[in-house]
Amino acid sequence: MINRAEIIETNNMIQDAKLDVRTITMGISLLDCIDSDLDRCCERIYEKITRLAGNLVATGEKIEKEFQIPIVNKRISVTPIALVGGACCKTPGDFVKIAKTLDRAAHTVGVNFLGGYSALVSKGMTQADKNLILSIPEALSTTSLLCSSINVGSTKTGIDMDAVEMLGHIIKETAEATKEDSCLGCAKLVIFCNAPDDNPFMAGAFHGVTEADAIINVGVSGPGVVKKALEQVRGESFEVLCETIKKTAFKITRVGQLVAKEASKMLDIPFGIVDLSLAPTPAIGDSVADILKEIGLEHPGAPGTTAALALLNDQVKKGGVMASSYVGGLSGAFIPVSEDQGMIDAVNAGALTLEKLEAMTCVCSVGLDMIAVPGDTKASTLSGIIADEMAIGMINAKTTAVRLIPVIGKGVGDTVEFGGLLGYAPIMPVNSFDCSAFVSRAGRIPAPIHSFKN
Amino acid sequence: MKRAVITVVGKDCVGIIAKTCTYLADNNINILDISQTILQEFFNMVMIVDLKSCEKDFLVIAEELEKLGETMGLVIRIQREDIFDMMHRI
Repeated sequence: MINRAEIIETNNMIQDAKLDVRTITMGISLLDCIDSDLDRCCERIYEKITRLAGNLVATGEKIEKEFQIPIVNKRISVTPIALVGGACCKTPGDFVKIAKTLDRAAHTVGVNFLGGYSALVSKGMTQADKNLILSIPEALSTTSLLCSSINVGSTKTGIDMDAVEMLGHIIKETAEATKEDSCLGCAKLVIFCNAPDDNPFMAGAFHGVTEADAIINVGVSGPGVVKKALEQVRGESFEVLCETIKKTAFKITRVGQLVAKEASKMLDIPFGIVDLSLAPTPAIGDSVADILKEIGLEHPGAPGTTAALALLNDQVKKGGVMASSYVGGLSGAFIPVSEDQGMIDAVNAGALTLEKLEAMTCVCSVGLDMIAVPGDTKASTLSGIIADEMAIGMINAKTTAVRLIPVIGKGVGDTVEFGGLLGYAPIMPVNSFDCSAFVSRAGRIPAPIHSFKN
Repeated sequence: MKRAVITVVGKDCVGIIAKTCTYLADNNINILDISQTILQEFFNMVMIVDLKSCEKDFLVIAEELEKLGETMGLVIRIQREDIFDMMHRI
Protein backbone atom coordinates (compact mmCIF):
# COMPACT_ATOMS: atom_id res chain seq x y z
CA MET A 1 0.00 0.00 0.00
CA ILE A 2 1.07 3.53 -0.69
CA ASN A 3 2.60 5.23 2.35
CA ARG A 4 2.08 8.57 4.03
CA ALA A 5 5.41 10.09 2.93
CA GLU A 6 4.66 9.29 -0.72
CA ILE A 7 1.19 10.80 -0.48
CA ILE A 8 2.59 13.99 1.05
CA GLU A 9 5.39 14.18 -1.54
CA THR A 10 2.92 14.00 -4.44
CA ASN A 11 0.58 16.55 -2.92
CA ASN A 12 3.45 18.93 -2.14
CA MET A 13 4.51 18.71 -5.79
CA ILE A 14 1.01 19.75 -6.84
CA GLN A 15 0.35 22.38 -4.20
CA ASP A 16 3.77 23.96 -3.60
CA ALA A 17 5.83 23.21 -6.71
CA LYS A 18 3.02 23.82 -9.24
CA LEU A 19 3.05 20.36 -10.80
CA ASP A 20 0.37 20.33 -13.45
CA VAL A 21 -0.66 18.67 -16.64
CA ARG A 22 -0.14 21.47 -19.13
CA THR A 23 -2.50 20.21 -21.77
CA ILE A 24 -4.75 17.46 -22.99
CA THR A 25 -4.78 17.89 -26.75
CA MET A 26 -7.16 15.98 -28.97
CA GLY A 27 -5.76 15.45 -32.44
CA ILE A 28 -8.49 15.24 -35.08
CA SER A 29 -8.01 14.27 -38.71
CA LEU A 30 -9.99 16.48 -41.08
CA LEU A 31 -8.97 14.60 -44.22
CA ASP A 32 -12.50 13.19 -44.53
CA CYS A 33 -13.92 16.74 -44.52
CA ILE A 34 -12.28 17.63 -47.83
CA ASP A 35 -14.81 18.86 -50.39
CA SER A 36 -14.67 20.86 -53.60
CA ASP A 37 -17.38 23.14 -52.18
CA LEU A 38 -16.08 25.56 -49.53
CA ASP A 39 -19.32 25.84 -47.55
CA ARG A 40 -19.76 22.08 -47.39
CA CYS A 41 -16.12 21.67 -46.32
CA CYS A 42 -16.64 24.19 -43.48
CA GLU A 43 -19.86 22.43 -42.38
CA ARG A 44 -18.10 19.07 -42.22
CA ILE A 45 -15.16 20.52 -40.28
CA TYR A 46 -17.48 22.14 -37.72
CA GLU A 47 -19.55 18.98 -37.38
CA LYS A 48 -16.57 16.67 -36.89
CA ILE A 49 -14.76 18.84 -34.35
CA THR A 50 -17.86 19.50 -32.24
CA ARG A 51 -18.86 15.83 -32.38
CA LEU A 52 -15.47 14.39 -31.34
CA ALA A 53 -14.36 17.08 -28.92
CA GLY A 54 -17.74 17.91 -27.40
CA ASN A 55 -16.82 16.21 -24.12
CA LEU A 56 -13.14 17.09 -24.08
CA VAL A 57 -13.34 19.98 -21.63
CA ALA A 58 -15.78 18.22 -19.26
CA THR A 59 -13.58 15.11 -19.28
CA GLY A 60 -10.51 17.17 -18.48
CA GLU A 61 -12.30 18.81 -15.58
CA LYS A 62 -13.49 15.45 -14.24
CA ILE A 63 -9.95 14.06 -14.26
CA GLU A 64 -8.73 17.23 -12.57
CA LYS A 65 -11.15 16.70 -9.70
CA GLU A 66 -10.65 12.95 -9.32
CA PHE A 67 -6.88 13.25 -9.00
CA GLN A 68 -6.77 16.82 -7.69
CA ILE A 69 -4.17 17.73 -10.31
CA PRO A 70 -4.64 20.90 -12.38
CA ILE A 71 -5.02 20.37 -16.13
CA VAL A 72 -4.28 23.86 -17.38
CA ASN A 73 -5.37 23.59 -21.01
CA LYS A 74 -7.69 21.53 -23.13
CA ARG A 75 -6.86 21.91 -26.80
CA ILE A 76 -7.48 20.56 -30.26
CA SER A 77 -5.07 20.00 -33.12
CA VAL A 78 -6.25 19.31 -36.66
CA THR A 79 -4.85 18.16 -39.99
CA PRO A 80 -2.80 20.95 -41.65
CA ILE A 81 -5.49 23.12 -43.22
CA ALA A 82 -3.53 23.68 -46.45
CA LEU A 83 -4.23 19.99 -47.19
CA VAL A 84 -7.88 20.11 -46.10
CA GLY A 85 -8.72 23.33 -47.94
CA GLY A 86 -6.67 22.72 -51.06
CA ALA A 87 -9.63 21.43 -53.06
CA CYS A 88 -12.01 24.30 -52.28
CA CYS A 89 -9.90 27.34 -51.42
CA LYS A 90 -8.86 29.29 -54.48
CA THR A 91 -7.84 32.49 -52.69
CA PRO A 92 -6.36 33.45 -49.31
CA GLY A 93 -9.83 34.77 -48.42
CA ASP A 94 -11.30 31.29 -48.85
CA PHE A 95 -8.84 29.97 -46.27
CA VAL A 96 -9.90 32.71 -43.85
CA LYS A 97 -13.41 31.29 -44.03
CA ILE A 98 -12.07 27.93 -42.81
CA ALA A 99 -10.07 29.77 -40.11
CA LYS A 100 -13.28 31.35 -38.81
CA THR A 101 -15.06 27.98 -38.89
CA LEU A 102 -12.28 26.43 -36.80
CA ASP A 103 -12.42 29.31 -34.34
CA ARG A 104 -16.20 28.95 -34.03
CA ALA A 105 -15.85 25.19 -33.40
CA ALA A 106 -13.19 25.85 -30.75
CA HIS A 107 -15.49 28.32 -28.99
CA THR A 108 -18.41 25.90 -29.13
CA VAL A 109 -16.51 23.05 -27.43
CA GLY A 110 -14.82 25.45 -24.99
CA VAL A 111 -11.16 24.62 -25.63
CA ASN A 112 -8.33 27.07 -24.93
CA PHE A 113 -6.70 26.84 -28.36
CA LEU A 114 -7.04 25.05 -31.68
CA GLY A 115 -3.89 24.42 -33.72
CA GLY A 116 -3.38 23.22 -37.26
CA TYR A 117 -3.83 26.29 -39.42
CA SER A 118 -0.72 24.94 -41.00
CA ALA A 119 1.16 24.07 -44.16
CA LEU A 120 3.98 21.57 -44.61
CA VAL A 121 6.28 23.12 -47.19
CA SER A 122 9.72 21.75 -46.35
CA LYS A 123 10.51 21.12 -50.02
CA GLY A 124 8.12 23.34 -51.91
CA MET A 125 4.78 25.12 -51.83
CA THR A 126 1.59 24.22 -53.68
CA GLN A 127 -0.78 27.04 -54.63
CA ALA A 128 -2.92 26.04 -51.63
CA ASP A 129 0.12 26.28 -49.32
CA LYS A 130 0.87 29.76 -50.66
CA ASN A 131 -2.70 30.90 -50.24
CA LEU A 132 -2.83 29.62 -46.68
CA ILE A 133 0.42 31.38 -45.80
CA LEU A 134 -0.83 34.61 -47.40
CA SER A 135 -4.05 34.36 -45.37
CA ILE A 136 -2.27 34.08 -41.99
CA PRO A 137 -2.31 37.82 -41.07
CA GLU A 138 -6.06 38.07 -41.65
CA ALA A 139 -6.81 34.62 -40.19
CA LEU A 140 -4.95 35.33 -36.95
CA SER A 141 -6.30 38.85 -36.58
CA THR A 142 -9.95 37.86 -37.06
CA THR A 143 -9.96 34.78 -34.81
CA SER A 144 -9.07 34.37 -31.14
CA LEU A 145 -8.33 30.69 -30.47
CA LEU A 146 -6.67 29.68 -33.72
CA CYS A 147 -2.94 28.86 -33.91
CA SER A 148 -0.85 28.55 -37.03
CA SER A 149 2.40 26.77 -37.86
CA ILE A 150 4.43 26.31 -41.02
CA ASN A 151 7.05 23.61 -41.44
CA VAL A 152 9.65 25.07 -43.81
CA GLY A 153 12.46 22.55 -43.54
CA SER A 154 13.56 19.07 -42.55
CA THR A 155 16.71 17.00 -42.32
CA LYS A 156 15.52 14.87 -45.24
CA THR A 157 14.45 17.68 -47.57
CA GLY A 158 16.50 20.76 -46.74
CA ILE A 159 15.00 24.23 -46.25
CA ASP A 160 12.44 25.91 -48.50
CA MET A 161 13.97 29.38 -48.63
CA ASP A 162 11.09 30.76 -50.73
CA ALA A 163 8.79 30.03 -47.78
CA VAL A 164 11.34 31.44 -45.31
CA GLU A 165 11.53 34.68 -47.30
CA MET A 166 7.74 34.90 -47.53
CA LEU A 167 7.27 34.28 -43.82
CA GLY A 168 9.50 37.21 -42.86
CA HIS A 169 6.88 39.44 -44.52
CA ILE A 170 3.96 37.43 -43.11
CA ILE A 171 5.25 37.83 -39.54
CA LYS A 172 5.48 41.60 -40.04
CA GLU A 173 2.02 41.78 -41.60
CA THR A 174 0.57 39.68 -38.76
CA ALA A 175 2.17 42.03 -36.23
CA GLU A 176 0.72 45.03 -38.08
CA ALA A 177 -2.75 43.40 -38.27
CA THR A 178 -2.79 42.77 -34.51
CA LYS A 179 -0.90 45.86 -33.33
CA GLU A 180 -3.85 47.06 -31.23
CA ASP A 181 -3.51 43.82 -29.30
CA SER A 182 0.27 43.81 -28.52
CA CYS A 183 0.94 42.14 -31.89
CA LEU A 184 -0.49 38.98 -30.32
CA GLY A 185 -1.07 37.33 -33.71
CA CYS A 186 2.67 36.60 -33.94
CA ALA A 187 2.51 34.66 -30.65
CA LYS A 188 0.17 32.26 -32.43
CA LEU A 189 2.45 31.63 -35.41
CA VAL A 190 5.37 29.19 -35.31
CA ILE A 191 7.86 28.40 -38.07
CA PHE A 192 9.29 24.88 -37.78
CA CYS A 193 12.05 22.65 -39.05
CA ASN A 194 11.38 18.92 -38.50
CA ALA A 195 7.95 19.59 -36.96
CA PRO A 196 6.60 16.57 -35.05
CA ASP A 197 3.19 15.17 -36.09
CA ASP A 198 1.97 14.65 -32.54
CA ASN A 199 2.97 17.77 -30.61
CA PRO A 200 0.29 18.72 -28.04
CA PHE A 201 1.79 22.16 -27.27
CA MET A 202 0.66 25.42 -28.85
CA ALA A 203 1.11 27.33 -30.97
CA GLY A 204 2.78 24.59 -33.01
CA ALA A 205 0.34 21.70 -32.61
CA PHE A 206 -1.16 20.06 -35.68
CA HIS A 207 -2.49 16.57 -36.34
CA GLY A 208 -0.04 14.95 -38.74
CA VAL A 209 -1.20 13.10 -41.82
CA THR A 210 0.41 9.90 -40.54
CA GLU A 211 -1.83 9.90 -37.45
CA ALA A 212 -5.07 7.99 -36.77
CA ASP A 213 -8.52 9.58 -37.12
CA ALA A 214 -8.46 10.96 -33.58
CA ILE A 215 -5.96 10.67 -30.72
CA ILE A 216 -5.30 12.02 -27.25
CA ASN A 217 -1.89 13.57 -26.61
CA VAL A 218 -0.87 14.93 -23.24
CA GLY A 219 1.79 17.48 -22.38
CA VAL A 220 3.14 17.46 -18.83
CA SER A 221 5.03 20.22 -17.15
CA GLY A 222 6.67 20.82 -13.81
CA PRO A 223 9.82 22.95 -13.86
CA GLY A 224 8.98 23.96 -10.28
CA VAL A 225 9.16 20.32 -9.16
CA VAL A 226 12.62 19.87 -10.69
CA LYS A 227 13.81 23.13 -9.11
CA LYS A 228 12.56 22.05 -5.64
CA ALA A 229 14.23 18.65 -5.98
CA LEU A 230 17.53 20.25 -7.01
CA GLU A 231 17.45 22.55 -3.97
CA GLN A 232 18.05 19.41 -1.89
CA VAL A 233 21.29 18.52 -3.73
CA ARG A 234 23.08 21.88 -3.90
CA GLY A 235 26.84 21.47 -4.32
CA GLU A 236 26.63 17.75 -5.05
CA SER A 237 28.37 16.09 -8.03
CA PHE A 238 27.03 15.89 -11.59
CA GLU A 239 26.09 12.28 -10.95
CA VAL A 240 23.78 13.23 -8.08
CA LEU A 241 22.43 16.20 -10.05
CA CYS A 242 21.55 14.05 -13.05
CA GLU A 243 20.03 11.26 -10.98
CA THR A 244 17.80 13.79 -9.20
CA ILE A 245 16.55 15.29 -12.47
CA LYS A 246 15.89 11.84 -13.91
CA LYS A 247 13.91 10.64 -10.89
CA THR A 248 11.84 13.80 -10.83
CA ALA A 249 11.16 13.66 -14.58
CA PHE A 250 10.03 10.06 -14.13
CA LYS A 251 7.48 11.04 -11.49
CA ILE A 252 6.16 13.99 -13.49
CA THR A 253 5.77 11.92 -16.63
CA ARG A 254 3.93 9.15 -14.78
CA VAL A 255 1.21 11.64 -13.95
CA GLY A 256 0.98 12.57 -17.63
CA GLN A 257 0.71 8.92 -18.58
CA LEU A 258 -2.08 8.37 -16.05
CA VAL A 259 -4.03 11.41 -17.25
CA ALA A 260 -3.57 10.45 -20.89
CA LYS A 261 -4.84 6.91 -20.30
CA GLU A 262 -7.82 8.12 -18.27
CA ALA A 263 -8.79 10.73 -20.86
CA SER A 264 -8.41 8.19 -23.62
CA LYS A 265 -10.66 5.72 -21.78
CA MET A 266 -13.33 8.28 -20.89
CA LEU A 267 -13.48 9.77 -24.40
CA ASP A 268 -13.07 6.42 -26.14
CA ILE A 269 -10.31 7.84 -28.31
CA PRO A 270 -6.90 6.12 -28.56
CA PHE A 271 -3.97 7.39 -26.51
CA GLY A 272 -1.25 8.87 -28.71
CA ILE A 273 1.75 10.14 -26.78
CA VAL A 274 2.93 11.91 -23.66
CA ASP A 275 5.09 14.94 -24.37
CA LEU A 276 7.46 15.16 -21.44
CA SER A 277 8.38 18.80 -21.64
CA LEU A 278 9.40 21.21 -18.94
CA ALA A 279 7.10 24.05 -19.94
CA PRO A 280 7.39 27.22 -17.87
CA THR A 281 4.69 29.80 -17.14
CA PRO A 282 5.10 33.40 -15.98
CA ALA A 283 4.10 32.32 -12.44
CA ILE A 284 6.87 32.58 -9.85
CA GLY A 285 8.41 29.15 -9.23
CA ASP A 286 7.35 27.72 -12.59
CA SER A 287 10.53 28.55 -14.46
CA VAL A 288 13.12 26.63 -16.49
CA ALA A 289 15.54 29.53 -15.97
CA ASP A 290 15.31 28.96 -12.21
CA ILE A 291 16.45 25.35 -12.74
CA LEU A 292 19.49 26.60 -14.67
CA LYS A 293 20.23 28.97 -11.80
CA GLU A 294 19.85 26.15 -9.30
CA ILE A 295 22.31 24.08 -11.35
CA GLY A 296 24.83 26.85 -10.75
CA LEU A 297 24.44 29.80 -13.12
CA GLU A 298 23.97 33.39 -11.97
CA HIS A 299 21.60 33.93 -14.89
CA PRO A 300 20.75 31.93 -18.01
CA GLY A 301 23.11 33.26 -20.66
CA ALA A 302 26.21 33.04 -18.46
CA PRO A 303 29.03 30.83 -19.81
CA GLY A 304 28.07 27.23 -19.06
CA THR A 305 24.40 27.79 -19.94
CA THR A 306 24.44 25.62 -23.07
CA ALA A 307 26.09 22.76 -21.18
CA ALA A 308 23.68 23.05 -18.25
CA LEU A 309 20.69 23.09 -20.59
CA ALA A 310 22.03 20.11 -22.57
CA LEU A 311 22.38 18.16 -19.36
CA LEU A 312 18.90 19.14 -18.15
CA ASN A 313 17.24 18.29 -21.45
CA ASP A 314 18.91 14.90 -21.69
CA GLN A 315 18.13 13.87 -18.13
CA VAL A 316 14.48 14.91 -18.51
CA LYS A 317 14.23 12.61 -21.53
CA LYS A 318 16.07 9.74 -19.82
CA GLY A 319 13.83 9.90 -16.77
CA GLY A 320 10.64 10.45 -18.71
CA VAL A 321 11.02 7.82 -21.40
CA MET A 322 10.64 4.93 -18.98
CA ALA A 323 7.59 6.50 -17.35
CA SER A 324 5.38 6.39 -20.41
CA SER A 325 4.57 3.72 -22.97
CA TYR A 326 4.66 6.26 -25.81
CA VAL A 327 6.70 9.43 -25.70
CA GLY A 328 6.54 11.95 -28.52
CA GLY A 329 5.95 15.56 -29.43
CA LEU A 330 8.68 18.00 -28.53
CA SER A 331 9.78 16.38 -25.24
CA GLY A 332 12.50 18.44 -23.57
CA ALA A 333 12.99 21.80 -21.90
CA PHE A 334 11.24 24.84 -23.34
CA ILE A 335 13.07 28.15 -23.20
CA PRO A 336 10.51 30.80 -24.16
CA VAL A 337 11.42 34.27 -23.01
CA SER A 338 8.09 35.94 -22.26
CA GLU A 339 6.59 32.89 -20.54
CA ASP A 340 9.41 32.49 -18.02
CA GLN A 341 10.10 35.11 -15.34
CA GLY A 342 13.69 33.89 -14.91
CA MET A 343 14.40 34.36 -18.62
CA ILE A 344 12.88 37.84 -18.57
CA ASP A 345 15.10 38.73 -15.59
CA ALA A 346 18.15 37.39 -17.47
CA VAL A 347 17.36 39.58 -20.49
CA ASN A 348 16.80 42.63 -18.29
CA ALA A 349 20.10 41.97 -16.47
CA GLY A 350 21.91 41.91 -19.83
CA ALA A 351 22.94 38.27 -19.38
CA LEU A 352 20.90 36.77 -22.20
CA THR A 353 21.06 37.76 -25.86
CA LEU A 354 19.37 36.49 -29.00
CA GLU A 355 22.68 34.93 -30.10
CA LYS A 356 23.05 32.99 -26.84
CA LEU A 357 19.44 31.85 -27.10
CA GLU A 358 20.23 30.55 -30.58
CA ALA A 359 23.14 28.53 -29.18
CA MET A 360 20.86 27.16 -26.44
CA THR A 361 18.36 25.95 -29.03
CA CYS A 362 21.03 23.58 -30.40
CA VAL A 363 20.67 21.41 -27.30
CA CYS A 364 17.06 21.74 -26.19
CA SER A 365 13.62 21.26 -27.61
CA VAL A 366 12.01 23.90 -29.79
CA GLY A 367 13.88 27.12 -30.45
CA LEU A 368 13.68 30.90 -30.45
CA ASP A 369 10.38 31.09 -28.64
CA MET A 370 8.26 34.07 -27.65
CA ILE A 371 10.95 36.64 -28.27
CA ALA A 372 9.88 40.25 -28.76
CA VAL A 373 12.02 42.24 -31.18
CA PRO A 374 11.82 45.88 -32.31
CA GLY A 375 8.84 46.69 -34.53
CA ASP A 376 11.06 48.18 -37.21
CA THR A 377 13.03 44.94 -37.69
CA LYS A 378 13.19 44.30 -41.46
CA ALA A 379 11.30 41.35 -42.95
CA SER A 380 14.57 40.10 -44.46
CA THR A 381 16.21 40.13 -41.01
CA LEU A 382 13.34 38.03 -39.62
CA SER A 383 13.81 35.62 -42.54
CA GLY A 384 17.54 35.47 -41.79
CA ILE A 385 16.88 34.59 -38.15
CA ILE A 386 14.38 31.92 -39.25
CA ALA A 387 16.89 30.50 -41.76
CA ASP A 388 19.60 30.26 -39.06
CA GLU A 389 17.29 28.44 -36.68
CA MET A 390 16.01 26.09 -39.39
CA ALA A 391 19.62 25.26 -40.33
CA ILE A 392 20.34 24.21 -36.74
CA GLY A 393 17.37 21.84 -36.86
CA MET A 394 18.19 20.50 -40.31
CA ILE A 395 21.85 19.74 -39.64
CA ASN A 396 21.32 18.33 -36.14
CA ALA A 397 18.23 16.26 -37.05
CA LYS A 398 16.09 17.87 -34.37
CA THR A 399 13.00 20.02 -34.15
CA THR A 400 13.63 23.74 -34.09
CA ALA A 401 11.12 26.56 -34.22
CA VAL A 402 10.87 30.31 -34.35
CA ARG A 403 8.18 32.42 -32.72
CA LEU A 404 9.23 36.06 -32.96
CA ILE A 405 7.06 39.07 -32.22
CA PRO A 406 8.12 42.31 -33.91
CA VAL A 407 6.27 44.75 -31.67
CA ILE A 408 5.01 47.61 -33.81
CA GLY A 409 5.87 51.01 -32.37
CA LYS A 410 8.28 49.68 -29.76
CA GLY A 411 12.04 49.41 -29.56
CA VAL A 412 14.83 48.03 -27.38
CA GLY A 413 14.24 48.95 -23.72
CA ASP A 414 10.44 48.80 -24.02
CA THR A 415 8.28 45.98 -22.71
CA VAL A 416 5.27 44.30 -24.25
CA GLU A 417 2.46 42.68 -22.26
CA PHE A 418 0.65 39.66 -23.72
CA GLY A 419 -1.22 38.52 -20.63
CA GLY A 420 -2.13 35.08 -19.30
CA LEU A 421 0.17 32.15 -20.00
CA LEU A 422 1.98 34.19 -22.68
CA GLY A 423 3.36 36.64 -20.10
CA TYR A 424 5.30 39.80 -20.96
CA ALA A 425 8.61 40.41 -22.68
CA PRO A 426 11.36 42.98 -22.88
CA ILE A 427 12.12 43.93 -26.50
CA MET A 428 15.48 42.35 -27.39
CA PRO A 429 18.05 43.90 -29.72
CA VAL A 430 18.54 42.26 -33.12
CA ASN A 431 21.73 42.28 -35.18
CA SER A 432 20.82 44.85 -37.81
CA PHE A 433 23.42 44.04 -40.48
CA ASP A 434 21.73 43.25 -43.77
CA CYS A 435 21.02 39.73 -45.11
CA SER A 436 18.45 40.61 -47.78
CA ALA A 437 20.64 39.49 -50.69
CA PHE A 438 20.93 36.07 -49.03
CA VAL A 439 17.28 35.44 -48.16
CA SER A 440 15.95 36.75 -51.48
CA ARG A 441 17.81 34.11 -53.52
CA ALA A 442 15.06 31.89 -54.92
CA GLY A 443 14.74 28.16 -54.29
CA ARG A 444 15.83 25.96 -51.43
CA ILE A 445 18.83 24.90 -49.39
CA PRO A 446 19.56 21.24 -50.30
CA ALA A 447 19.20 18.43 -47.77
CA PRO A 448 22.37 17.85 -45.77
CA ILE A 449 24.70 14.87 -46.09
CA HIS A 450 24.17 12.25 -43.38
CA SER A 451 27.74 11.07 -43.13
CA PHE A 452 30.97 12.86 -42.17
CA LYS A 453 29.43 14.03 -38.91
CA ASN A 454 31.86 16.59 -37.61
CA MET B 1 -11.68 -2.49 -4.86
CA LYS B 2 -11.84 1.21 -5.71
CA ARG B 3 -9.33 2.93 -3.51
CA ALA B 4 -8.83 6.58 -2.78
CA VAL B 5 -6.70 8.73 -0.51
CA ILE B 6 -8.27 11.30 1.81
CA THR B 7 -6.10 14.03 3.29
CA VAL B 8 -7.32 16.29 6.06
CA VAL B 9 -5.24 19.36 6.91
CA GLY B 10 -5.96 22.35 9.13
CA LYS B 11 -6.12 23.75 12.64
CA ASP B 12 -6.89 21.10 15.26
CA CYS B 13 -10.29 21.02 16.95
CA VAL B 14 -12.55 18.52 18.72
CA GLY B 15 -14.28 15.87 16.60
CA ILE B 16 -12.40 15.96 13.31
CA ILE B 17 -11.88 12.22 13.09
CA ALA B 18 -15.37 11.49 14.46
CA LYS B 19 -17.14 13.69 11.92
CA THR B 20 -15.03 12.53 8.98
CA CYS B 21 -15.44 8.86 9.87
CA THR B 22 -19.20 9.24 10.45
CA TYR B 23 -19.55 10.72 6.99
CA LEU B 24 -17.55 7.84 5.49
CA ALA B 25 -19.58 5.22 7.39
CA ASP B 26 -22.87 6.83 6.31
CA ASN B 27 -21.74 6.48 2.70
CA ASN B 28 -20.47 2.90 2.97
CA ILE B 29 -16.86 3.93 2.51
CA ASN B 30 -14.50 1.52 4.26
CA ILE B 31 -11.35 2.84 5.93
CA LEU B 32 -8.29 0.66 5.19
CA ASP B 33 -5.58 2.76 6.82
CA ILE B 34 -5.35 5.89 8.94
CA SER B 35 -2.33 7.88 10.02
CA GLN B 36 -2.61 11.15 11.89
CA THR B 37 -0.25 13.63 13.55
CA ILE B 38 -0.31 17.13 14.97
CA LEU B 39 2.43 19.34 13.54
CA GLN B 40 2.72 22.77 15.25
CA GLU B 41 -0.97 22.75 16.21
CA PHE B 42 -1.86 21.68 12.69
CA PHE B 43 -3.93 18.58 12.31
CA ASN B 44 -2.70 16.34 9.51
CA MET B 45 -4.43 13.08 8.64
CA VAL B 46 -4.04 10.70 5.72
CA MET B 47 -6.56 7.91 5.13
CA ILE B 48 -6.72 5.19 2.53
CA VAL B 49 -10.31 4.18 1.84
CA ASP B 50 -12.26 1.78 -0.32
CA LEU B 51 -15.30 3.09 -2.20
CA LYS B 52 -16.49 -0.11 -3.83
CA SER B 53 -19.73 -0.22 -1.78
CA CYS B 54 -20.34 3.50 -2.02
CA GLU B 55 -23.23 4.37 -4.30
CA LYS B 56 -22.56 8.07 -4.74
CA ASP B 57 -20.51 9.45 -7.60
CA PHE B 58 -16.87 10.15 -6.78
CA LEU B 59 -17.22 13.85 -7.56
CA VAL B 60 -20.24 14.15 -5.22
CA ILE B 61 -18.24 12.57 -2.41
CA ALA B 62 -15.36 14.97 -3.15
CA GLU B 63 -17.69 17.96 -2.97
CA GLU B 64 -19.41 16.81 0.23
CA LEU B 65 -16.09 16.11 1.95
CA GLU B 66 -14.85 19.54 0.96
CA LYS B 67 -17.97 21.13 2.48
CA LEU B 68 -17.64 19.01 5.63
CA GLY B 69 -14.06 20.29 5.91
CA GLU B 70 -15.21 23.88 5.56
CA THR B 71 -17.59 23.51 8.53
CA MET B 72 -14.56 22.64 10.70
CA GLY B 73 -12.18 25.12 9.06
CA LEU B 74 -10.21 22.31 7.41
CA VAL B 75 -9.23 21.27 3.92
CA ILE B 76 -10.42 17.74 3.11
CA ARG B 77 -9.45 16.31 -0.26
CA ILE B 78 -10.13 12.94 -1.78
CA GLN B 79 -8.02 11.67 -4.68
CA ARG B 80 -8.09 8.40 -6.55
CA GLU B 81 -5.17 6.29 -5.36
CA ASP B 82 -3.91 5.69 -8.92
CA ILE B 83 -2.01 8.99 -9.03
CA PHE B 84 0.17 7.93 -6.08
CA ASP B 85 0.63 4.40 -7.38
CA MET B 86 1.67 5.67 -10.79
CA MET B 87 4.18 8.11 -9.35
CA HIS B 88 5.79 5.91 -6.71
CA ARG B 89 5.48 2.33 -8.00
CA ILE B 90 6.97 0.89 -11.18
